[in-house]
Amino acid sequence: MQTHKLTTPLTDEAVRQLKAGDVVLLSGTIYTARDAAHKRIVQALDRGEEPPFPLQGAVIYYVGPTPAPPGRPIGSAGPTTSYRMDSFAPRLYGLGVKATMGKGKRAPEVKAAMQEHNAVYLGATGGAGALLSQRITQAKVIAYEDLGPEAVRELVVEEFPALVVNDAYGGELYVTPKR
Amino acid sequence: MRNIDAQEIHARVRDMVMHAATHLPRDVEQALEKARDAESTDTAREILGQLLENARLARESNLPLCQDTGVAVFFVEMGAECRVQGGDLTEVLNQAMIEAYEKGFLRKSLAHPLTRANTGNNAPAFIHYEVVPGQELKIQFMAKGGGSENMSRCTMLTPAQGWEGIKDFVLTRMAEAGPNPCPPTIVGVGVGGTFDLAPMLAKKALFRPLDQPHPDPEIAALEDELLQGINELGIGPMGLGGTTTSLGVRMNISPCHIASLPLAVNVQCHSSRHEEVVL
Repeated sequence: MQTHKLTTPLTDEAVRQLKAGDVVLLSGTIYTARDAAHKRIVQALDRGEEPPFPLQGAVIYYVGPTPAPPGRPIGSAGPTTSYRMDSFAPRLYGLGVKATMGKGKRAPEVKAAMQEHNAVYLGATGGAGALLSQRITQAKVIAYEDLGPEAVRELVVEEFPALVVNDAYGGELYVTPKR
Repeated sequence: MRNIDAQEIHARVRDMVMHAATHLPRDVEQALEKARDAESTDTAREILGQLLENARLARESNLPLCQDTGVAVFFVEMGAECRVQGGDLTEVLNQAMIEAYEKGFLRKSLAHPLTRANTGNNAPAFIHYEVVPGQELKIQFMAKGGGSENMSRCTMLTPAQGWEGIKDFVLTRMAEAGPNPCPPTIVGVGVGGTFDLAPMLAKKALFRPLDQPHPDPEIAALEDELLQGINELGIGPMGLGGTTTSLGVRMNISPCHIASLPLAVNVQCHSSRHEEVVL
């Protein structure tokens, strides 16, 4: 188990170093998107339009933060459950997204897409939204403002902590329940 | 007949909702501390430590414990000998909740089920009323997050399946849920009643503190049996392995039809935000 300090956008080489169980400290710009935003991004792609942020090397964080209180860039901002984005993830990995970040299990086809496109799935601690928000220094809505908490935000993070749950080699960190 | 002022209800409920979002209940925090000290692996201890640090930070900085500040669920026990003066209780609860979500910088998490357009103010609240004897008005509030709620299930077992069937369903559900509902969880189980009542029993059971066993020792023993079974799944905090998959199982039962055995599992995350006021 290693700790990797990574800066976005992620390179293929950086992703190749990552193994399930490794700790990642992310710095740079990451993008938020969850259920409704994913639907719109994919609809935009279907129409041949540009996505709201560059997908190449991107890290997508599945989060819908609470509103920023006065004096803070963002409110509470922990990960949401990832399987709801499973139907969108393979396509986005195929277009250059290098990491998605959330919590919970991914579907077999998402894991296969990570292997095919050299990408990873990162897990952040669910329910630790107050703690994780301390690593976010800037936040601004860049698309779909009408979606409120589901709008796409550009976040600047400093050493945002996550674990590699699924690596590009088929490795997985989650335990298999004894049943 | 005792009169209770609507404005007083509004103020008390608004404050309760805002407080609940930033303050982990003491019994849950104590259970997390106990679990951390007893955990078998460094990773599990580290995760539980983060959750305790998150609880401290939320309390001290007034940030919500979790970005999912939930749907607002109220269980209201209305004394038959009291009445609300100066407003409609359902309206009062909704308005107090709306104000709390706005003033407390809480996330509005409700959307139209088909268009998915956000309602913009976290309304409506989901309010369950019960008329009870007496002159008191008890209002229980829970901020129920979507990640854990999505892992909940209900089913109609046959009477022949009995306790073994109940246990099998609960353990299978929690194994399938795995890391998704933010373990360590608290598991509400509703047994009996009707198709619609079982999930209500399960949800209301989540209000019982973790240090307060079921008053019926036989039910309390069954809760312990389920808890042990869930923790033996090895899922652990955040699904990364360990002995703390759940902090507690809370079960409520009700008589049911001779043909039926309704069963519901309402999964709650470790951020089990709930409070009550009694007026």
